[in-house]
Amino acid sequence: MDAAKPPLTPTREFWLSLRQNRGAIAGLITVVCIALVALLAPWIAPYSPILTDNTVFLSPPAWQSGGTSAHWLGTDAIGRDILSRLMHGARLSLFIGVAVVALSVVCGTALGLLAGYLRGVFDVLVMRCMDVILTLPSLLLAIVIVAILGPGLMNAMLAVSIVVLPHYVRITRAAVIAQGQRDYVTAARLSGAGHLRLMLVEILPNCAAPLIVQASLGLSTAILDAAALGFLGLGAQPPSPEWGTMLADAREFVLRAWWVVTFPGLAILMTVLGFNLLGDGLRDALDPKLKR
Amino acid sequence: MPLLDIAGLYVDFPSHQGVLHAVDDLRLQLEAGEVLGIVGESGSGKSVSMMALMGLIPFPGRVRAQHLSFAGQDILRVNETTRRSIVGKDIAMIFQDPMTSLNPCFTVEFQITESLRLHKGLTRKQARLRACELLEQVGIADPIKRLAAYPHQLSGGMSQRVMIAMAIACQPKLLIADEPTTALDVTVQAQILDLLATLQKEQDMAMVLISHNLGVVSEVAQRVAVMYAGQIVESQNAQKIFDAPEHPYTQALLQAMPERSSGQARLHTIAGMVPGMLDRPPGCLFAPRCSRAQAQCATPAPVHNTPQGQVRCHLPGSALEEQMA
Amino acid sequence: MWRFAISRLALVLPTFFGMTLLAFFLIRLVPGDPIETLAGERGIDAARHAKLLHAYGLDQPLLTQYGIYIGKVLQGDLGKSIITQTPVAQEFLSLFPATVELALCAMMFALLIGIPAGVLAAVKRNSWMDHGLMGASLTGYSMPIFWWGLLLILLFSVQLGWTPVSGRIAVAYFIEPRTGFLLIDSALSNEAGAFRSALSHLILPTIVLGTNPLAVIARMTRSAMLEVMGEDYIRTARAKGLTAFRVLGIHALRNAMVPVVTVIGLQVGVLFTGAILTETIFSWPGVGKWLIEAIARRDYPVLQGGMLLLGLIVMSVNVLVDLSYGLINPRIRAH
Repeated sequence: MDAAKPPLTPTREFWLSLRQNRGAIAGLITVVCIALVALLAPWIAPYSPILTDNTVFLSPPAWQSGGTSAHWLGTDAIGRDILSRLMHGARLSLFIGVAVVALSVVCGTALGLLAGYLRGVFDVLVMRCMDVILTLPSLLLAIVIVAILGPGLMNAMLAVSIVVLPHYVRITRAAVIAQGQRDYVTAARLSGAGHLRLMLVEILPNCAAPLIVQASLGLSTAILDAAALGFLGLGAQPPSPEWGTMLADAREFVLRAWWVVTFPGLAILMTVLGFNLLGDGLRDALDPKLKR
Repeated sequence: MPLLDIAGLYVDFPSHQGVLHAVDDLRLQLEAGEVLGIVGESGSGKSVSMMALMGLIPFPGRVRAQHLSFAGQDILRVNETTRRSIVGKDIAMIFQDPMTSLNPCFTVEFQITESLRLHKGLTRKQARLRACELLEQVGIADPIKRLAAYPHQLSGGMSQRVMIAMAIACQPKLLIADEPTTALDVTVQAQILDLLATLQKEQDMAMVLISHNLGVVSEVAQRVAVMYAGQIVESQNAQKIFDAPEHPYTQALLQAMPERSSGQARLHTIAGMVPGMLDRPPGCLFAPRCSRAQAQCATPAPVHNTPQGQVRCHLPGSALEEQMA
Repeated sequence: MWRFAISRLALVLPTFFGMTLLAFFLIRLVPGDPIETLAGERGIDAARHAKLLHAYGLDQPLLTQYGIYIGKVLQGDLGKSIITQTPVAQEFLSLFPATVELALCAMMFALLIGIPAGVLAAVKRNSWMDHGLMGASLTGYSMPIFWWGLLLILLFSVQLGWTPVSGRIAVAYFIEPRTGFLLIDSALSNEAGAFRSALSHLILPTIVLGTNPLAVIARMTRSAMLEVMGEDYIRTARAKGLTAFRVLGIHALRNAMVPVVTVIGLQVGVLFTGAILTETIFSWPGVGKWLIEAIARRDYPVLQGGMLLLGLIVMSVNVLVDLSYGLINPRIRAH
């Protein structure tokens, strides 16, 4: 009779599940590559992203006739190298994604913990505010916030953070309410644990899984929304090499210079797709009732 | 010719860790109008074998058999349209949990008349009338009101009666009842069993009654098959199973029944556990837990034919004989 | 059923007030003097300032101002556009049909392709078709739609010349606005080729706007179907000898539709978000383009009114979706 295999620890099971998900691995590789490019951009980009060179404006990519190997992906209307701009744009996009998610996770979790823990009027007030934010179309609310504060990258990031806030508040609050009834919380409270300790040490780790999944998917939403604001002229302002802002200028060149339009969008698509694949994989790996 | 003739049935469920042999070389025959009881623990393969007959094995299960004949036709080899005209019409099945086995979005009338209109070609009016008759037949009071009800408005016992009505709607030749009373209250269990027994006689249907409870099965069945880890270990006429069981597992089961205990000593249990996917013994599957196991039990057990049935054991024999030896 | 309806309506009342609060404070939150913001002028002299202060009611206590504002909103008065001096509500109503037409077409596109795709992926689970469909759907979901629109214009309008680049209909036509829906109006009018022109202008924007909802609906349908297909009552349906089409299309789909309807309802907000971008790219004369222009021109009453109206519409749709659950799944009605 064979001996039964030893049961897997949760961490091992998580990694095993993630490894088997080919999409998640592809996503992870994409994200890591983009992160590397973003980190090393100032050193590996062939040109400066903002210096213009009028002698080579609207030069096609290297493989097309008229293009040179000096500018692999071509140049834009005022002679800036697209490849370098994309690389520096990666820095911006990742910075935007991480900053927005960090801000909304911290604020959202804090609000959710407090609302779920304290209940009462505070809870009702917070949830009604979150309802208003959720009901309004996300871009509309972001536009309104930027209209109030004025266009710019920082304001756009703040607007996007506010727009995604309710998701984190809801997750945390639901987890707090569910966990709050559990025996281990009562036991901790009886042994004299203070409110803060209860919230942070006992309850919070149990919300970690859905928060992580939401954060990973939130990164992609943040990048998309910030790019949308940039495209509308409300986010990062020119000459910033933010991918959405690059597309705003590109509209008029649809007829003449397809590369100015195609590459920035492709960069956004690849990045967002990578984060989404990773987020999906994380969700499948962390969710106990897997849908096999 | 027997109504149901199954030979060499295997049902496997492949997975990442290995293959689960849910049914292992099953051989079964049933005559028209006969009642067979299949008894076994969870995981013995009793439900899976009948679901294989009905074509209900979910992905990723695999079914193969020498033949799976019903009324002369091999269900595994016949085309899809023919199979669907047999299943649901000539063979019907009712399941363990009636509350989840009825579609919550449709009324009772819709669900009963569906098979009537499909298999018997009845019009809506005719089907409605017949559905009403069927509800009366299964003992539901105020059938017209019940036709318009949704499943969540019915109790457990009533849901099971509706399931039975649905099953006998097209006058099947064989009714398979998979643990029909397990999920019901004790008081309702007896009623449902009586209903099944009555209907079986009235309609002269063959019936397969699956249960983990030997007592339940013995009241209705003429023959009983005992399953263990995907194999039939013993198959006898119902009375003989109780009086003189031949297989050690059957004997142990009978000993473990609370109704049969002498009252003073502790209840008997069977030591050990049913083999799982990864620890299937190479020889007789019951050998690790068997009190009579010998060296030869490390090889697969042969099937002995006795006057009334079969036993799959190297050393068959009643406990009485053994005690006297 | 009625009690259910009323309880749902009661839940949205706070959200309604929340949105009016946000709209109310919008103008007051803009940096600078609210009077200058409202009047759209800079450097107003003191006398005119006082006069405008009174005209806009800003000399009253805040609560009274809010009360007056709510009163006006309930009567349909959302102020006037600074630039065009026409009432905001009126401008909105004249432009809204264009957005609705686009949104409806996009939603129909998403449903007609998304639901069958999801069902197919669920039935052929883990096959190449499943992975392919879900991969395409994930890509559609990850796509920046303003880029997708530009790409499609590049391909179909510029390279192939099949579809027009912008607008709702060729400039040559003048169609009598009877319903506001150009497809219907152009079909009703006598102008030759008008309907075809309107249709061809609608194709690309519909695809662009509908891509994101399509992806979400396909994924949701697949996962809902997979869950339903494992249920006991599907086993019963199969045991009755029903055709696969009937088991999936009637027994399974009906139950799977409940979570899918939720998603459809939630897509309305996403559709308006997408409409803002789609209308900008295709110069589609709808509410989205109107709002974007209002920002550039600092037309705050338009922003305020537009935001409130769109929010109210999304809210109403959510309530309608909730109510429709009771129709699909009778169990919910009972509670």
